[in-house]
Amino acid sequence: MSNPAKISLRNVHKAFGPKKVLQGVNLDVAPGESVAIIGGSGTGKSVTLKCVLGLLTPDQGSITVDGIEMTDASTADRDAMLAKTGMLFQGAALFDSLSVWQNVAFGLIEGRGMKPRQARDIAIARLEDVGLGSEIADMSPASLSGGMQKRVGLARAIATEPEILFFDEPTTGIDPIMGDVINDLIVKCTRELGASAMTITHDMASARKIADRVAMLYKGEIIWDGPVSEIDQSDNPYLKQFVAGDIEGPLDLDLKHL
Amino acid sequence: MPIFAPVGHIFLTFLALVGRVTVFAGRTIGHMVTPPIYFRLIFKQMREIGYFSLPVVAMTTLFAGMVLALQSYSGFSRFSAESAVATVVVISMTRELGPVLAGLMVAGRVGAAIAAEIGTMRVTEQIDALVTLSTNPFKYLVVPRVVAGLITLPILVLIGDIIGVLGGYLVGVNKLGFNDGSYIRNTFQYLEQLDVISGLVKAAVFGFIITLMGCYHGYHSRGGAQGVGQATTNAVVSSSILILISNYIVTELFFTR
Repeated sequence: MSNPAKISLRNVHKAFGPKKVLQGVNLDVAPGESVAIIGGSGTGKSVTLKCVLGLLTPDQGSITVDGIEMTDASTADRDAMLAKTGMLFQGAALFDSLSVWQNVAFGLIEGRGMKPRQARDIAIARLEDVGLGSEIADMSPASLSGGMQKRVGLARAIATEPEILFFDEPTTGIDPIMGDVINDLIVKCTRELGASAMTITHDMASARKIADRVAMLYKGEIIWDGPVSEIDQSDNPYLKQFVAGDIEGPLDLDLKHL
Repeated sequence: MPIFAPVGHIFLTFLALVGRVTVFAGRTIGHMVTPPIYFRLIFKQMREIGYFSLPVVAMTTLFAGMVLALQSYSGFSRFSAESAVATVVVISMTRELGPVLAGLMVAGRVGAAIAAEIGTMRVTEQIDALVTLSTNPFKYLVVPRVVAGLITLPILVLIGDIIGVLGGYLVGVNKLGFNDGSYIRNTFQYLEQLDVISGLVKAAVFGFIITLMGCYHGYHSRGGAQGVGQATTNAVVSSSILILISNYIVTELFFTR
């Protein structure tokens, strides 16, 4: 292939006991491409992301990053993969015991052995990139609002200038205006870095803004995959119901108790 | 027989837990001897585990020494052996009460705090974040705490021994009417190095157990606030029981001829 995929998932399965979460996921992310995986709660979006990051091991299938198989990768290969990735967690996952700038600089100091003084300057520059001033650098993450924590999480994700960015529900838990700010920042940061991005979200506004391509996950499989521009033209009934947010439709919403 | 099924299930669950804890301990020891080693975090944890536990250990051992002097005086006076009070206090403190009381107090204070902190990090995805930032959670979270426990518990117990003996001395001299010079002489006359060393070895074992159980239960906590609360309880209960069991094993290793 002339332009091999940055990230490639082939027939990925993952079960937790009797519960089959992923049942043959196939997905490619090209270099510089931003892909959003959409789907309802419990469809396996987070599990897919954790399998790619190596936080979970798939039961079956292949996951490659830059052509290197990750499911049975050596520690060195996995470390090399993680060194070129950045991740924004749903709840930001900032370290409570460290200040804001130490959180942002964590990957530089602990991952790359940079001197704290130099890393602090970079951390403050990254905070400015996400619209935060240096006055919060020495504050505790717990004293920040949810939206500010997400932005600090984004600054931490981009601090090491990664080639691949992962975003886990970037707009969940914050107001729509701040959500839009986060979306804009994600687009800006991803473009500036020229990074490939994989986002999982159930927020269609966010997916439309962030992604070049959208893949819909349902019952552990990708049931639709195409450019953002084709979402509204698609006649896939599952996608149409999800995008419209209708209760009526083919999606099994597990609402039997209502 | 239906009654055997639950018994077998509990036994198998217990064996699986022992296996998981053993693997966790093995991984911890493996990471303890391979770089990178975060010395800065080890010193920070030594302060948290050791220095901040000093008041509670000092209070516990002080009163234990005082009570021991009172009880042994009242018991030994039945057969006119009151002069053995100082010796009984120092040997009991160094061999048993110092390490066991300090171990149990630190298990309550530090074991719970470690499980709660690491458990919260687990459920808020901070441990996953460490992995994505190219940092091994074992090296960053577990090893510094376990190494700090191994180092600081013997120091805490040594200080606790001294304070416990001081408690016995204060009661002996001020309440029971012992001559201060002869009390101190009796304290050291029959004390052997092995009495102190065995207590310090126990302390190191307890330090390992407390921090390991705190880290293990925190690391494997699931299910939000309730899961963290359960992890905290499990850490304190399991480390307390293991302290009492290992206390017997170490005592037998040292003192059974």
